[in-house]
Amino acid sequence: MKAKHQRLTLALLALGAIVVAGLLALSALQDQAAFFYAPSDVRRDGLPLDRAVRLGGMVADGSVKRAADGVTVHFVVTDGQATTPVVFAGIVPDLFREKSGVVAEGRFQPDGSFVASNLLAKHDEKYMPPEMAGKMHETKTLAAPSK
Amino acid sequence: MMAEAGLAALWFAGALAALQLAIAAIAVARDRAEVVGAVRPVAIVQGLLAMLAMALLIGVFLDSDMSVKLVVENSHSAKPWIYKFAGAWGNHEGSMLLWVTILGLAGGAVAIFERSLPERTLIATLGAQAAIALGFYAFLLFSSNPFARIAPAPADGLGLNPLLQDPGLAFHPPTLYTGYVGLSVAFSFAVGALVTRDVGPAFARAMRPWVLIAWIFLTLGITAGSYWAYYELGWGGWWFWDPVENASLMPWLAATALLHSVTVLATRDGLRAWTVMLAVVAFSMSMIGTFLVRSGILTSVHAFAVDPERGAFILALLAIYIGGALALFAGRIGTVRAGTTFDPVSREGGLVANNLLLSVILGIVLIGTLYPIVAASFGVQLSVGPPFFNKAAGPIALLLVAVMAVGPLLRWRRDDTRAMIRRAAGPIAVTILAAIALLFVWPGVLPWAGLSLAAGLAVASVAPLWKRNLRRTPLFTYGMVLAHLGIAVSLAGMASDSAFTKETLVAVRAGEPARVGPYVVTLDGISPVIGENWSALEARLTARRGDAARILRPQLRFFTNPPTNTNESAILTVADGQLYTVLGQPDGQGRWQLRLWWKPFVTLIWFGGAMIALGGLLSLVGRLRRERRVAGREVWA
Repeated sequence: MKAKHQRLTLALLALGAIVVAGLLALSALQDQAAFFYAPSDVRRDGLPLDRAVRLGGMVADGSVKRAADGVTVHFVVTDGQATTPVVFAGIVPDLFREKSGVVAEGRFQPDGSFVASNLLAKHDEKYMPPEMAGKMHETKTLAAPSK
Repeated sequence: MMAEAGLAALWFAGALAALQLAIAAIAVARDRAEVVGAVRPVAIVQGLLAMLAMALLIGVFLDSDMSVKLVVENSHSAKPWIYKFAGAWGNHEGSMLLWVTILGLAGGAVAIFERSLPERTLIATLGAQAAIALGFYAFLLFSSNPFARIAPAPADGLGLNPLLQDPGLAFHPPTLYTGYVGLSVAFSFAVGALVTRDVGPAFARAMRPWVLIAWIFLTLGITAGSYWAYYELGWGGWWFWDPVENASLMPWLAATALLHSVTVLATRDGLRAWTVMLAVVAFSMSMIGTFLVRSGILTSVHAFAVDPERGAFILALLAIYIGGALALFAGRIGTVRAGTTFDPVSREGGLVANNLLLSVILGIVLIGTLYPIVAASFGVQLSVGPPFFNKAAGPIALLLVAVMAVGPLLRWRRDDTRAMIRRAAGPIAVTILAAIALLFVWPGVLPWAGLSLAAGLAVASVAPLWKRNLRRTPLFTYGMVLAHLGIAVSLAGMASDSAFTKETLVAVRAGEPARVGPYVVTLDGISPVIGENWSALEARLTARRGDAARILRPQLRFFTNPPTNTNESAILTVADGQLYTVLGQPDGQGRWQLRLWWKPFVTLIWFGGAMIALGGLLSLVGRLRRERRVAGREVWA
């Protein structure tokens, strides 16, 4: 094989690899991307039952209740217009508290509640997930995201 | 005063970068190679000035000078000194200054130590390095000045995010950045060689040590960061496919590919254009990572500040450097002659397969990382997490492991397929045996394949030493063996952790036992503890396994500046794994939440990472020694 031909072959192989990567990634994205919902999105668009999603909003004041087993937590996520009850078994993150932002990863149940497998609270006082800042900025009753 | 001196040092460093670029451009255009004597000192002084600015910023933090805005926003006088010191880079501006400092020092190091590159190419390389530095000095000075004052000065600062108040902060960012930004040298070498049309084995031999150094630090930085996240975040996970982790993984993937292709170029004069392309891509990934982390478009503990202007600035720099380098590549690559040819079944063929698979993984990670950002610009909010990456990249990574096992057993240029299979018979047999044995404990598809391949790779990676005179085997061969063995060890740890981890979540009273894996853990009691700038509730846990009893003390810490709680996990490391304990909240009725994990062989993950880095180091020393010996012989001949 001539050097030129080999170079062409290698270039085509590289191109093929990139295409394969792209196709693999896009097909996996189809069913693995977790979409982000606020409680009012669900009221408007219906329940996404077929996939893992993220639910974001504020933890409603006075809504956090611990179950008798000591490890299960029930609370309500609100975005100012609608609410979703959430159940989570585990140690809540350090910055999880009422009237503070939270993102729950998990699945919606047919009754409209949400079972969380993981909770993400905002990391520090200055920080708010961008998704949430977007969903929140119209809601005047809630604390405005600082900076 | 220190703040002003630091700012002045930055301005001078920026001016020197401009001077360095100008001299280099003129020298290359007019073909005046003797100017190298002038470029070298400029590059060195520029690096030293950047380092001075960094040192002064650290000084300002140690001083707790509350008239400096950055100190007010990110520090507190009551913080332990180590976090004042390391806190200098625990924020946006400081971490960018660290970035630029390493960029400057890398250029300085090239100016001091690089002797094998032709002078004209060296000048072009230092010019490219200065061009990158110039943009980032401008970024610091015009949109992220770390030395800005605040008036009136408040009495004290807001404090550092307690999650960052950990010895890891002193080690992880500088190590990672050295690797990250060290790749700029490979980028500048590629640009320099394209400018002077000097792509060949000599260029590859000159570039290789620099790539290796960056890669070693990157490996260490990622390994350290992974362990830090593991014990600090208290989730028991060691890799989250967080975009910021991906931002460090992508340059590592590209650098790993580069490391292998540069060997083909140095040894066999093949893969010329590809190697140059990879050098450009590797540092481009570093810059994209910096953009992702520093522009504030991401949700992460690393994303310190949200400021769209900064994002736009970095994006513009990215466009200029990556676009510029790719344009130069497109324009010049036609003039780079094709290298020598090789058979598909050969060491080169194996390395090409390595490069293609690494590129595919890189592409998948890149798409998965950027997709949410692209989707967000269309108004769709989604996140891409572990299920995507494991499903899309996992199988390719395992295929790569298979190639890695066979590749080093191949001869250069041309090999015989049957001979190859004969040489690989041992590792293949081990893989199959392991796969059959594991069927009895069925750990799940990916861990099953991972553990079987890890066993095969462990045997295959030491196979190149088989029947060789071990005293005459070059050091860099040992380096390769150790690094590949490290991959097998790390992979075994990953697979074992994901397959065999046991988790228990309970609320217990004092004296009540909880079971996890082989351990019975009893809560003895809770007592208050006072630290330098925190107070804590500390649990005393007794972990029993057979007759052996060990004490663990996980804490629930309360910081006042800023007011935050953190969970400090307590980990018991034993030969066959780790017992990981986290103290949760009290339930108000005398019970405390405990989250316990038994993670068999999880430590292998980081142990393997350290082996990979050490393999890189052996390789580096071996190559440098050989180059010196060859150079010595040439002088005497």
